[in-house]
Amino acid sequence: MDDRGFASGIKAGTSIAVGYFPIALTFGLLAKTTGLSLLEATAMSIFVYAGAAQYISLSLIAAGVSPLLIVLNTFVVNIRHFLMTASLNEKMQPEKKWIKALYAFGVTDESFSVLATQKGGKLRTSFGIGVIVIAYGSWVIFTAVGHLIGANLPHFLQAAMSIALYAMFVGLLVPSMRGNRKVVSLALIAALINSFFYFTGWLTTGWAILVSTLASAIFIEIISSKGRRT
Amino acid sequence: MGAWYWWMIIGMAVVTYLPRAIPLTFLEGRELPPAIQNVLRNIPYAVLGALIFPAIFFVQENVWFGIIGATAAFGIAFTGANVMTVVLGSIAVLAVYSVWFL
Repeated sequence: MDDRGFASGIKAGTSIAVGYFPIALTFGLLAKTTGLSLLEATAMSIFVYAGAAQYISLSLIAAGVSPLLIVLNTFVVNIRHFLMTASLNEKMQPEKKWIKALYAFGVTDESFSVLATQKGGKLRTSFGIGVIVIAYGSWVIFTAVGHLIGANLPHFLQAAMSIALYAMFVGLLVPSMRGNRKVVSLALIAALINSFFYFTGWLTTGWAILVSTLASAIFIEIISSKGRRT
Repeated sequence: MGAWYWWMIIGMAVVTYLPRAIPLTFLEGRELPPAIQNVLRNIPYAVLGALIFPAIFFVQENVWFGIIGATAAFGIAFTGANVMTVVLGSIAVLAVYSVWFL
C-alpha cells in the first residue's frame, strides 16, 4: 500500500484548488447576478459541490424552470460519478463504510482523476481526504469570495485560467501514456466517442462522458483479454 | 429566493451524493469478477480522454485559446513536468497570448 498521508494528499490536490479558483469565483459572481444571496450561493457550493450542475442550475433558475426539473437535471448530469466511485473503490484502501460514505461526498471529476492516476498500490484514506479537503475548501471559499467582491478577475487572467482544469487532466494523463499503448488507446477512444456526441448533440455532456468512458473501458478490456488468451 | 430554493438545494445535494456514495460503500469488501475489475481499472484513463476532448478546445469563445492551451499543456507534460507545472505553465502561456495578441 502507498504510505502517503493527509499532508501529501493536500499537496496532490493543490492543482485542483488552483483550477477551481476561477470557476468558483465566476460561479459566485453569476449566482449574485441571478439574484441569489451570499448564503444561498455558498450553501449550494457547500451542500451540492458539483461544478457543472451548479452552473446549469443558475441558468435554469434564471429561466424560471421548476425546481423539480432542476433537481432531475442535476441527477442526470452527475450520474457519471457512479462509474468513477465504482472505479475509485478499487484504488482506495479497505475502510469502514461510514468513513467511505463520508469522503464519497468529495469525489468530483477532478478529485477522482487525481486519486485514480496515482502510481503504486492502494491509497490511504487520509491521503484521499487530503486531496478532497483542499479541493472542496477552494470551491466553497472562492464561491463566497466571488459573490462578496462581485467582480471577476482581469479578463486576460480569467481567460488564461479557464485552461487550468484541462491542463491538470493532461498533466495527469500524459505520464501514464508514456510507453503504454493501452492507456493511449483508452483515452483516445473515449475522446473520439465523446467528441462524436459533442458535435452531433446526441447526448448531453453528463451522459456523453459516461457512455464514452464505459464504451472505451469495455472495448479495450475485450481486446486485451483476447490478447492474453492467445 | 424563497423556501423552494432550500428544498431544491436539498434535492440537488441528495441526487448528487447518491451516485458518489453508493458504489464506494456497497462495493466495500466485495470481490468483483476479474473482467469487471479490469474494466474499472480502465476507467480513469478513459475518463481523462473524455474530460479533455473536445472540451479543452472550447474554454473560450475564441477557439485559438483552446488550441494554444492544449498544445502548451501537452507540450509541457511531455517534458515530464509535474502536474502543477503543467497547470501554471499553460496559464502563463495563455496569459502572454491574450496580453500580446488580443
